[in-house]
This record gives sequence, structure tokens and C-alpha cells, in this order.
Amino acid sequence: MVSWATAAPAVTSAFLASLVEVVEAFTIVLAVSTIRGYRPAILGSLAGLVLLGLLVIVLGPMLNRVPLDVLQIVIGVLLLLFGMRWLRTAILRAAGAVPLRDEQLKFDQATANLKDDARAHQARLDWLAGITAFKAVVLEGLEVVFIVIAIGAGRGLLIPASLGALAAFVLVLIAGIAVRRPLARVPENTLKFGVGLMLTAFGVFWTGEGLGVNWPGSDLAILGFAIVFLLIAVGSVAFARRLVPEIAK
Amino acid sequence: MRTLIAILREVANLFVDDGSLALAILAVVGIAAFLAIILKASALAVGLVLLGGCVAVLIENIMRTVRRN
Repeated sequence: MVSWATAAPAVTSAFLASLVEVVEAFTIVLAVSTIRGYRPAILGSLAGLVLLGLLVIVLGPMLNRVPLDVLQIVIGVLLLLFGMRWLRTAILRAAGAVPLRDEQLKFDQATANLKDDARAHQARLDWLAGITAFKAVVLEGLEVVFIVIAIGAGRGLLIPASLGALAAFVLVLIAGIAVRRPLARVPENTLKFGVGLMLTAFGVFWTGEGLGVNWPGSDLAILGFAIVFLLIAVGSVAFARRLVPEIAK
Repeated sequence: MRTLIAILREVANLFVDDGSLALAILAVVGIAAFLAIILKASALAVGLVLLGGCVAVLIENIMRTVRRN
């Protein structure tokens, strides 16, 4: 039986990380449906989801054949690369050194690109629109699949992590259908900040376990690492803001 | 084909945005692995190197990026 203390960080991380990715994919799919209607948007998205499903079905059982310590190191290192990349971006954005992501701007860019395609390839436009939706779903979905596998594999948390990701998907779908606009009010950078912290903490934990480290407090060490990185990240934002005074104003 | 290449490029970008950050992380893990496997250092030492190294790498990268920008 998986304890709540073990499952909660995994479910929360998978939910929040998936929320960021699904919002990004939704923005592109919405742009496609705005320009070319629901048909290519839905068909492209469904094709993307089918491909992602096949990847999970093929890759999932293969993970059981990998020795646990090797799996822990590989996933731990990938989590460190992925988590610290997100954390770095979130810190730089919070400090004002890098602009925040703007869903409305992304929507406008995707819409403009599709309009350009409409002028150049009128006959193939539905196909291009479908490919655009497909690409968005596959690219953002791959991140979700990776996060779920990375967080869930090795500890029997694949189902809780998957449920977290599924909850994010359903939530964005409901909100998106309700408002029919880019979900620009989702605090993307705050989510990225929190998820980057958790993924980095998971990464240190898994890599250490793979190298034979028995962390004090076992799974609770993950929360300890998250707190350490939170303090470092908050301090880095404050320090970086002083270096970027004109933006901080 | 272009779509496939774009997807593969994006997959690589999942893990590598700033190349120096990725290399520094791999270096920290390499040092921790060297301590654990070759030098048979204590688990505590390996853990501290891993955690401290990641923290140091993050701080250095942030400061360098902010100064560069």
C-alpha cells in the first residue's frame, strides 16, 4: 500500500507539471480550431493522443526489465536535467531577466502562422492545421509522459502520477471549453517554479538512491530537498533582481 | 520528415536548454558516481556532493545568465 506521504508529492508534481503542458498544448489546438474549425483540431489532437498512448504501452513494460539501480540513476539524471531547466527558467522569469510566457501571444503567433499557411497552401490547409495540433499534443504530451514515468517508475507510483496528469488534462479541457480562449490567467511561471523544485528534489533523491545513498528520513528527504531548493531559488530571485534593477522597477 | 525532426529536436530540448547547465549537472553526477563506485566513499559524502553540487551549479548558472543578459 502506497503511503500518502509518498504519493502526495508525486501526484501533486504530476498534476501541476501536466497543467503547464496541457495549457500550452491547448493554446495551439485552440488556434487551429479558430482558424480551420474543430475537425482538424480534434483529429490532430486525437492522433497525437493515440501516439502518446502507444508510446506508454510500448515503453511501460520495458521499464520493468531495467535493473532498479540503473533505472533510478537514469531517471534521476533526466529529472535533474528537466527539473533544473524549469527551475532556472522560472527563477530568471521571476527575477525579470527573461520575459514571462504569454499564452495570448502564443495563440496570436500560432494563429498568424496558420493564416500564412492558408495563403501559401490553401488546398492542404486542413492537413497542415491537423499536423499543427498533432505536433502540439505530441510535444507537450511527451513531457507529461516523461514526468509521469519519471515520478512514478520504481516506486509503484505510476497510477497515482497518471491520475494527477489525467486530472490536469480534464481540468484544462473543461476550463478551455468553458472560456474558449487561451488560458492566459493560469500562473504558468509560479507552477513552473513549484514543479521545477519538486522535479529537482526527486532527481537528487533518485540519483542518490541509484548510487547507493540511503537518504535520512527515506521519502521525506524529497520534501527536505524541495525546501533547500526553494530557499536557494527565492534567494537567487532576490539577488538576481538587484542585478536587473531597471526591470525590477 | 520536417515534423519528425522538429519533434526530435523538441524532445532533446526537454532536457537541454542551456548546454552549460546540462554539462555541469552531468559533471556533478559523474563526481558523485566516482566517489560512490571507485572511491567507495560513505553514502553521506556522496549525498552531500550530489545535493551541494546541484545547488552550486544552479546558483552559478543563474548568476552568470543574469550578468550576461
